[in-house]
Amino acid sequence: MSTTVENIQQQISENPILIYMKGTPQLPQCGFSAQTVQALMACGERFAFVNVLDNPDIRAELPKVANWPTFPQLWLNGELVGGCDIVVEMYQNGELEKLVKDAAAKQQDDA
Amino acid sequence: MSIQAQIEEKLKTLSPTWLTVENESHRHNVPADSETHFKVTLVSARFEGMMPVKRHQQLYALLADELAGPVHALALHPYTPDEWQARGGQRPDSPDCRGGSEA
Repeated sequence: MSTTVENIQQQISENPILIYMKGTPQLPQCGFSAQTVQALMACGERFAFVNVLDNPDIRAELPKVANWPTFPQLWLNGELVGGCDIVVEMYQNGELEKLVKDAAAKQQDDA
Repeated sequence: MSIQAQIEEKLKTLSPTWLTVENESHRHNVPADSETHFKVTLVSARFEGMMPVKRHQQLYALLADELAGPVHALALHPYTPDEWQARGGQRPDSPDCRGGSEA
C-alpha cells in the first residue's frame, strides 16, 4: 500500500496541470479556491483537481511536501506555482495562460 | 499581544518599506473578533530577483507558528519597492467567503 506522500508525488508527476483545492471546480468551498480555479479554467485547458476536504490525509501531508501551508495550490509540470494571490496576479498579467498552455502541450506530447 | 501585532513584529525582520497586516476575519464564517484570516502587504528590497513562490515561502516560514496555530488564511502581497510604485500603492482585494472555512 502506498503512503499519502507517495500518492501526492504520483499525482504531481502524472498531472502537468493540477490544482489542490477546497471543494470542486463546479462548487468551490472557499473564496480563495474559487478565485484560483476560475483563473485556471479561463485558460481553457483540461486540468486535474484534488478536493482536499474529501482527502484529509492529503490536506495534512501536502503542506509539508510543498513547503506551503495553505490551499489552494496550483502545480504545473511538477512545480508549485503558488496559491490564490500568485495565480490571480499571473492570470491578470497573462503569464498564467502561457504556462498552462505550455503544460498542456507537454501533456499532448507525452500522450 | 494580539495575533495581528505578533505577525507585524515578525515581518519587521524583512526591513519593509511598507507593511500592513489587515484582519479580514469578520468577512468569514468565524466568531466575532476572531483573528483567523489576515491579509499582509509587504514591500521590501529583499524581494528583488526573487520569484513569487519563494517570496511567499519566506513569509510562510517566518509565520509558521501562527499558521500552525490560530491563523487559517493568510493572503500575501509581497512587492519590491519598484513593483509597489508601478502598482501605484494598490493591493488586490481578497475574495468573498464561500462558507467552507470550518469544513
